[in-house]
Amino acid sequence: MKNIVKKYGDGFPAVNDVSIDIADGEFVILVGPSGCGKSTLLRMIVGLEDITSGDMMIGGKRVNDLAPRDRNLAMVFQNYALYPHLTVFENIAFPLRLAGASDAEIQEKVRTASKTLELDEHLERKPGNLSGGQRQRVAMGRAIVRDADAFLFDEPLSNLDAKLRGQMRTEIARLQKKLGITTVYVTHDQTEAMTLGDRVAVLKRGLLQQLASPRELYENPGNLFVAGFIGSPPMNFLPAKVDGTKVELPFGTVEIPAEKAERVAGKGLLIAGIRPGAFEDASLIDTSHANLGSTFRAKVDVVEWLGNETYAYLPFEAPPEVQEQLLQLEKDLDGDSLRTQLVISLDGASRVKEGDEAEIWVDTTQMHLFDPASGDNLTVDHENAGQIPVYA
Amino acid sequence: MGNSPLRKAGIAVGALLILTWCLLPVAWIISLSFKSQESITNGNPGFLPGDGTFAGWDNYVAAWDNEQFRRAIFNSIGISLIATVLSVIIATLAAYAIARLEFKGKKLVLTTALAIAMFPVVSLVGPLFDMWRAIGLYDTWAGLVIPYMSFTLPLAIWTLSAFFREIPWEMEQAAQVDGATSWQAFRKVIVPLAAPGVFTAAILTFFFAWNDFVFGISLTSTEAARPIPASLSFFVGADPFNRPASLLAAGAVIATIPIIVIVLVFQRKIVAGLTSGAVKG
Repeated sequence: MKNIVKKYGDGFPAVNDVSIDIADGEFVILVGPSGCGKSTLLRMIVGLEDITSGDMMIGGKRVNDLAPRDRNLAMVFQNYALYPHLTVFENIAFPLRLAGASDAEIQEKVRTASKTLELDEHLERKPGNLSGGQRQRVAMGRAIVRDADAFLFDEPLSNLDAKLRGQMRTEIARLQKKLGITTVYVTHDQTEAMTLGDRVAVLKRGLLQQLASPRELYENPGNLFVAGFIGSPPMNFLPAKVDGTKVELPFGTVEIPAEKAERVAGKGLLIAGIRPGAFEDASLIDTSHANLGSTFRAKVDVVEWLGNETYAYLPFEAPPEVQEQLLQLEKDLDGDSLRTQLVISLDGASRVKEGDEAEIWVDTTQMHLFDPASGDNLTVDHENAGQIPVYA
Repeated sequence: MGNSPLRKAGIAVGALLILTWCLLPVAWIISLSFKSQESITNGNPGFLPGDGTFAGWDNYVAAWDNEQFRRAIFNSIGISLIATVLSVIIATLAAYAIARLEFKGKKLVLTTALAIAMFPVVSLVGPLFDMWRAIGLYDTWAGLVIPYMSFTLPLAIWTLSAFFREIPWEMEQAAQVDGATSWQAFRKVIVPLAAPGVFTAAILTFFFAWNDFVFGISLTSTEAARPIPASLSFFVGADPFNRPASLLAAGAVIATIPIIVIVLVFQRKIVAGLTSGAVKG
């Protein structure tokens, strides 16, 4: 649907050289921490923000210089931007009235949209009297009532409380599947990104980091930033020294598969990234699995038992070179954890207690090794990692 | 609070005091307008007309029967309405530009507007009198509409630009994405949202124009354009040494009615918080 290379800037490039190709009917998420340029990018698509250079293509047509009204896109704003002086009905009908539709047509289309969104009993009310979730639905109604070429969502759920957010998320996903319309969705919430998107574009300071399906992002992050951003609790980063197929971690030495070892041979000090879920209490691993990974012993600092799983926290010391890179990463991710610790997710049946010296098993096939200087993932499986742009 | 009945009583007393202070002259003028001419010459200081001096609607009928008076009311309504409409339209457009656009000299426009508002009206009357006579605007409606507009525009622009600034940008952007041109977005979304501001500006402008005396008396010479405040001062009756006070009072009351009507009509529109519900609650 489009093929864009865009630069934007007033000295500072808020969006720098981003190219994303979105297929018809696809649900694409733009995700990143605040200030990464995702909203700017969306506003450039819809035409509210000028494009400094590059081409914005919609359906094979260059739309850089078209006004928003000529692009035939529908957008849901973060604060909904409903017209408070109009009733819900008129709010939804607004785009149709502007397009000069007949009254009968407006009636029919608005009723259809309100039925889809379950707004029937609120049609005559003013937005001021609606709850957050209802306003959200009105904003969506205004978008779906037109036959727009694409939907654009700008953090539509960030003003809702957690429970409603979950419901609306499912609602949006259902709606998009039903209407089959191309959608671009901006969020800073990685859960929304993972659950909604066909593909997810991760942005950092105006640069596209990786464009891939949620699974690809999770299993094959292109660099430290993507690895740290996607997943909750986030991926653990540990200093690692590779020697042959042996990797020396703060907690002990583990074996890694030969093909991974090959890629990182002779690199010296690296950062190992392991998802919390790749760990397990060694006593709960059946023997057939055990040889896939390695075990080590470590002292457990804090344990959080959640019923079906247990989070255990294991502090460790990192050498200064790695420490610095990790601190920078935290900053990029808007985080503020100052402690270098390993977060591991164990089965709920685990009996590990605080202060115990536990035997932990780790699935090393799921381990990634990153270059501490560039942050690149050295063990990425390019076949299954979507698109990772390379910057000079 | 323990002293809440006391507080309520205090507020009531305070309100009553202020109301008396403000409305006593008005009440007095109304009382005066119902007294007969004799009652005033004889000296009748009571609030209610003395025995046999109650004039009923006579003064009102007499004032209304006066051709000059009717012309003056007509002039005042026409001139004030034209000045208000023009001033509000221009101010809306100007305020929108000031609130939304970045352009060179924006500060200059705002400070100049303020400077004009601070200019003493009286100091302009002389030059205007000469100018208007030279270019033929003297004693015409336009000759009054123009100064009224220029003196009310600054205030209207300031009021309205404050209102426009309160309206979230997204409202307009949403309208544009929905397919509106900039003009449609302005007319269908921004102006209705700024309606309280527009009506405030309209009321203030109308007040200024309606109540003005200095321009009204200096820039007119006949009833072709003379507005009501100026015209009332020409209301001398038969005996120039014995001014018809009760007739004047009746005229003044009639002259106040349009103002009251306008305020009552517009006040309904000035509802604060119209924008509530536009964005997240």
